[in-house]
Amino acid sequence: MKHTLRQVFRSGKFVFGFCIFAAILLVVTIYPLIIPDSPLAIIGQGTFFPPGIYVNVYDSLSSPPYTLNLDEAAAKRIASRLNEEDRTAIQEWLVAAGLPEAEIDPADTRKLLDQWLNNYDPKKNIPGMTNARRNYFIRLNNSLQGLLSTEGAIIAVRNPETASLEEKSAVNQSDYVNINQVANVRLLPLGTDNFGRDVLTELVKATAVSLQIGMVAGLIATLIGLTFGLLAGYVGGLVDDFITFLTNLFIVIPTFVLLILISFSIGQEQRGAFVIATVIGLTAWPWTARAVRSQVISLRNRDHVNLSKLSGHSLFHIILTDILPYIASYVVMALILQISSGILTEAGLSIIGLGPKTTEVPTLGLMMNWAMIYQAQILGKWWAYLPVLVTIALITFSMNLMNTGLDQVFNPALRE
Amino acid sequence: MKGYRKYFLNKLGWYGVTLVCAFILNFILPRLMPGDPVSAIVSRLAQGMTNTAGVQAIYQQYAELFGTNRPMLEQFFLYIRNVAQGDFGFSFSQYPRTVADVIRSSILWTVALQFPAIIVGWLIGNTLGALAAYLKGGFDKLLMPVSIFISNFPAFGMAVILMVIFGVNLKWFPTSGGYGFDLIPSFTWDFIWSVIVHYQLPFWSIVLIAIGGQAIGMRSMSIYELNADYVKYARFMGIKDRKIVGYVFRNAMLPQITGLALSIGTMVGGALVAEIIFSYPGLGSTILTAVLGQDYPLISATTLIITMMVLSANFLIEILYGFIDPRIKATQSD
Repeated sequence: MKHTLRQVFRSGKFVFGFCIFAAILLVVTIYPLIIPDSPLAIIGQGTFFPPGIYVNVYDSLSSPPYTLNLDEAAAKRIASRLNEEDRTAIQEWLVAAGLPEAEIDPADTRKLLDQWLNNYDPKKNIPGMTNARRNYFIRLNNSLQGLLSTEGAIIAVRNPETASLEEKSAVNQSDYVNINQVANVRLLPLGTDNFGRDVLTELVKATAVSLQIGMVAGLIATLIGLTFGLLAGYVGGLVDDFITFLTNLFIVIPTFVLLILISFSIGQEQRGAFVIATVIGLTAWPWTARAVRSQVISLRNRDHVNLSKLSGHSLFHIILTDILPYIASYVVMALILQISSGILTEAGLSIIGLGPKTTEVPTLGLMMNWAMIYQAQILGKWWAYLPVLVTIALITFSMNLMNTGLDQVFNPALRE
Repeated sequence: MKGYRKYFLNKLGWYGVTLVCAFILNFILPRLMPGDPVSAIVSRLAQGMTNTAGVQAIYQQYAELFGTNRPMLEQFFLYIRNVAQGDFGFSFSQYPRTVADVIRSSILWTVALQFPAIIVGWLIGNTLGALAAYLKGGFDKLLMPVSIFISNFPAFGMAVILMVIFGVNLKWFPTSGGYGFDLIPSFTWDFIWSVIVHYQLPFWSIVLIAIGGQAIGMRSMSIYELNADYVKYARFMGIKDRKIVGYVFRNAMLPQITGLALSIGTMVGGALVAEIIFSYPGLGSTILTAVLGQDYPLISATTLIITMMVLSANFLIEILYGFIDPRIKATQSD
């Protein structure tokens, strides 16, 4: 056993896959200890907040201000407020007003703004321009003028008696707060999803649940497949015929169809994560059964098995001590593949809306489903679906690497 | 020829039995659940539909059509009779369309998308796998990790990635639908071009997924064959490399054909999900609308159709295999 393990861990592929998988497991276990938030708690009002650090505006007003004189501050401020559409509009106006097109660069904020301030004249009549468009330019000009002012903003509170606004303090353009001194700062490394939930917290929980689903499904499938394979291979005869028939039947009938029918019949209310895992396990066994059967058949007439038979050992005993140890490595590999395909199956099922019910726990498939329903991919909200995809790919990839590594260790024909 | 006929009849019988079993499962699985399906459906319908007259009509029609108050066996024969006549009843979610009508409008899209995609993916995958085994070195080192990664990537993931890159960011192809939403299906160039453009992303996402798995399988088969004794013997005989490679790949191909037959069900499952991602108007999207609309007759009929399609594809492949593999003829004529 010790020797086998050492051999396994000498395989580069296995070790690499194992490291990825162990890292995922580690994150999944440790993260909830550090951040014990509920994964389905809705914290954001609105959909798809982009990733970043969220600083409470109210609290930052009462934090002590620091004055920093930074040269680029004003330019950056204006650049961030001028969006792409406004820039092209400015360019369009300037060109229409007769400026040479080569001199205008919409990306150079400072130069563009200078040109705008020097040339813009609201009274100037540009042929072919609609009134609405002209008003748009007037509004744009006003907002630019506001941006360019060097005065700060005044914070006022409403006096409860007179209902008038009273100046409380002023914020200068060069005021800064130290983020460590603001009482409420929330880091959302992956933003929020369509319901306003923290994607990272949700993702960690979903990964844990999906791994559990894969584990349960894989164990069930392997257990059934192993039992059937052993019986068919070792007992033979009518049992073999029957099991082989059943196996071939369920290999040919698309598993996906069975899953759809079963999950739909179970109904939304009854579909917990573990019900889905069980259903996936119950439909995934034929491959394992078929493979185990052929392995057992090649073992059945070995000398040590015959010897055991002659010694009068029971069927159970022979299978347990004379056959199982020889196919153990194979079964482990099959289990790994079953777990990874279980995770994929759950995700596929969830996308068509037949996954676990949505109110209890997130799964990777459900997160994907939500992102797809709210069209995160079309709206460019990558943080809602990409981390999920990467996680799924990492899990299945690491498991397949482990499987390939094991294969090379236990199957001498494949060694390089 | 006698051997082939025996093989053919054998396979035909086996697939006939499988079809019957699939048919029974399709009938029994939804009915295994507690409560009768009609009342369950009506309670679901009450939440979603506003057209009460429609609900009532469907309820009547459905209860009559499937005779849920009659014994199970009689229901089963009723079901067979209805299916044989292509009568799957009304669709709940798209009333007053019939299920047959809904399926008729989507099945062609699915067949036209998945059949070529799986074949193309299989061909490219096998070629790449064979090349990797033969060339070894850098090509192999590059292709293998990529193939392993791709084949482990979920089908919907590939669809989403392709859509984001080529549809949303580069805007080369449209992101959803089977043709432009401003067009009416007709035989005009506009429409055909629109169909071709919409076809690309779903097609290639299915192809890519198929490539990965097939390349890995073909590579290990080819390596196994390249190390076989007959190859060494042929080399000693001085037979040209090209000729040997031809033999090797013909032999390595055979298990790949069976492999295609066995994995076609899984591939179709993945491709259906890819269809959903692209809102392609095929059976995948039909399943989605059926699930969302709790449309029981539509789901039942769609799954039956998909099963039949997969089974017939399998049957065709096995028949083809019988002609290609000389061993089949040898064993059957004994």
